[in-house]
Amino acid sequence: MIKKEMIAMLLAGGQGSRLGVLTAKGAKPAVAFGGKYRIIDFPLSNCINSGVDTVGVLTQYQPLRLNTHIGIGIPWDLDRNVGGVTVLPPYERSGNSEWYTGTANAIYQNMNYIETYNPDYVLILSGDHIYKMDYEVMLDYHKANNADITIAAMPVPIEEASRFGIVVTDETNRITEFEEKPAHPKSNLASMGIYIFSWKVLREALIQLSGQSGCDFGKHIIPHCFHKGQRIFAYEYNGYWKDVGTLGSYWEANMELIDIIPVFNLYEEFWRIYTKCDTLPPQYISPEAKIERSIIGEGSEIYGEVTNSVIGCGVVIGKGAVIRDSIIMQNSIIGAGSKITKTIIAENVEIGENVETGVGEYRESELDPKVYAFDLVTIGENSHIPSNVRIGKNVAIAGVTNPEDYQEGSLSSGEYIIKVGDVR
Amino acid sequence: MRAIGIILAGGNSNRMGELSNKRAIAAMPIAGSYRGIDFALSNMTNSHIQKVAVFTQYNAKSLNEHLNSSKWWNFGRKQGGLYVFTPTITNDNNFWYRGTADSIYQNLNFLKNSHEPYVVIAAGDGIYKLDYNKVLEYHIEKKADITIVTSRVPEGDDPCRFGTIKTDIDGRIIDFEEKPVIAEYGKISAGIYVIRRRQLIELIERCAQEGRHDFVRDIIIRYKNLKRIFSYELGSYWRSIATIDAYYRTNMDFLKKEVRDYFFKEHPEVYSKVEDLPPAKYNPGAEVHNSLVSSGCIINGKVENSILFKKTYVGNNCVIKNSIILNDVYIGDNTYIENCIVESRDTIRANTTHIGELENPKIVVEMNERYVL
Repeated sequence: MIKKEMIAMLLAGGQGSRLGVLTAKGAKPAVAFGGKYRIIDFPLSNCINSGVDTVGVLTQYQPLRLNTHIGIGIPWDLDRNVGGVTVLPPYERSGNSEWYTGTANAIYQNMNYIETYNPDYVLILSGDHIYKMDYEVMLDYHKANNADITIAAMPVPIEEASRFGIVVTDETNRITEFEEKPAHPKSNLASMGIYIFSWKVLREALIQLSGQSGCDFGKHIIPHCFHKGQRIFAYEYNGYWKDVGTLGSYWEANMELIDIIPVFNLYEEFWRIYTKCDTLPPQYISPEAKIERSIIGEGSEIYGEVTNSVIGCGVVIGKGAVIRDSIIMQNSIIGAGSKITKTIIAENVEIGENVETGVGEYRESELDPKVYAFDLVTIGENSHIPSNVRIGKNVAIAGVTNPEDYQEGSLSSGEYIIKVGDVR
Repeated sequence: MRAIGIILAGGNSNRMGELSNKRAIAAMPIAGSYRGIDFALSNMTNSHIQKVAVFTQYNAKSLNEHLNSSKWWNFGRKQGGLYVFTPTITNDNNFWYRGTADSIYQNLNFLKNSHEPYVVIAAGDGIYKLDYNKVLEYHIEKKADITIVTSRVPEGDDPCRFGTIKTDIDGRIIDFEEKPVIAEYGKISAGIYVIRRRQLIELIERCAQEGRHDFVRDIIIRYKNLKRIFSYELGSYWRSIATIDAYYRTNMDFLKKEVRDYFFKEHPEVYSKVEDLPPAKYNPGAEVHNSLVSSGCIINGKVENSILFKKTYVGNNCVIKNSIILNDVYIGDNTYIENCIVESRDTIRANTTHIGELENPKIVVEMNERYVL
């Protein structure tokens, strides 16, 4: 009989709408990160490094890139005869078919998958966090406490605690109270959205709450178990952890990688992060190039100046171009003489010559001030920007743009160009 | 598919100096993130040859590690695949491979059990792109018994280290001198052969009966008048990396845009084993000009006209010029390296100087202990 002690269920179906045009064509876990990775590489690598070799990845929103990236799991050694990685999209069944309506509902719809492996414990992960964590240690903790549920939680500055879901614990770390974004937090332990459930407990809760619409772990399952008096413990985590859910935190997390000794260090031998990588050749740095405080992916060719930036694989930066405080994802091309400042450029973007971004004064975004609130120019994948245009601060662009789209050759701060038909 | 592949990767050369202490030539790192054998393997896979045997013997550890999966080169596992044959002691044989022909003889079952009509034999130390099907078509058209791929002598290289060849107007080889004292002919063998499988089995078996072991001397040269041996001229980039000098120059060739574009951008691709390393990192103080930098490198100093292989660490205030730094080298602060090849997995102490000559690069092998934090 097939039996796995613990299997992981990785929630990767959300759009991540707060990443704006970056997730217009693909789910957030598939967004590029740190020069050659995608966000989902971090939880997947954590799984294999922790000895969790069975991972169900729940997909729903625009999954093509995610599916291609994961494949049969070769980069993470998750191509296994028994277990390995399985992509789990919503599916049709006789009777009522539905999309995944909530995080727990997605798990409920895949109970069959979980039961094939007959696990004692199920690890619930989210596909949009950057961190390194040994889930095996967390499992040992779960077992030692004889817990029904263990929630990973990290201390945050008390003044920021009201932005998080806060857990209040007793001296044994058993959770005595939950507060969702409390005005006056009683504790500074924030839930990280990483749970270990004893499968029996989760199974029962999922079945009991199966009628709940939009059934969610934080909103329904955990409170349900809590009120039943089940043993819920907090597992305190003190390493680097970042939710890259907003453009601001996404940009910050990238920039933190280029510190001299980054807190989140990709260069350590221990706990490697694996990814699917298409480009092999080394990068070429030309005689006139200048690079400082940056990380650069394989196969890129740098003829210009790069400072304080994260450059992906296969990027070409033309002569005289100056890149500052920016993120450029794979296979994008920056024309000669362009000045790119505080800009996130997604994959396969073509930027003409002598384009300037981040000029002028900051203005609130006309597209969505909640999403575009970080003084960053954001350019979606496969976009084209014609030569000789000036682009202001806090601008969003998606699609193939022509010189006619720029009044007098410029786009002011806070404005946007979203080409209909390009972003769906 | 019409052919199976054999890659001869057992060789060592004393002209590789200290560099060959560690590995066979075919496993020599090249162009920042490849190894010599990747080119022959990629050519095989890109020519739709699905069944390839690699014969290794000399210090095959690096090579075996590199060839740990057929996936890296897109070979299958059931329909063909990648096989690595090292010499084994059997009931009726207790020798190492005594030569190239002997290595084939000792693995004759691989040939006998295949059904493809032709065999492509390639050396593991050639840096080139070639569609072997074109050679095969030429071979058939010329009704040849053996076709040898030939090249002109690469610029700056010594013709006397190759097999030199004279052909008639039709391309048939009329003279073949292996490593001549004075090279009379401008054409050299690239160590790539196409031959019918049954013909090869027959020649190899006869060779073994006569106690002969070398493919070039005992088959090509011995049969050059008896068999129809033709030369297929390879007009494109071809280098052999079997001397320090050629190795250094071939690596440096990749600093040229046209060479990089030819190998890395033009179809078909060159494949290699993927190593999971983070992107290269440039810290304050980094100054890099006209260089190739591979993944996993961390740079704090100056690098000029050089190739940094994977996982090179360059300390503060270092200067690296016209040099090749092989995989996983840690270079301490204030070190000056010019015209050198630094052996892999080495640690260069801080405040040291290594200078070679441009025409005669110095090989740096320090073998210092590294203290991993």
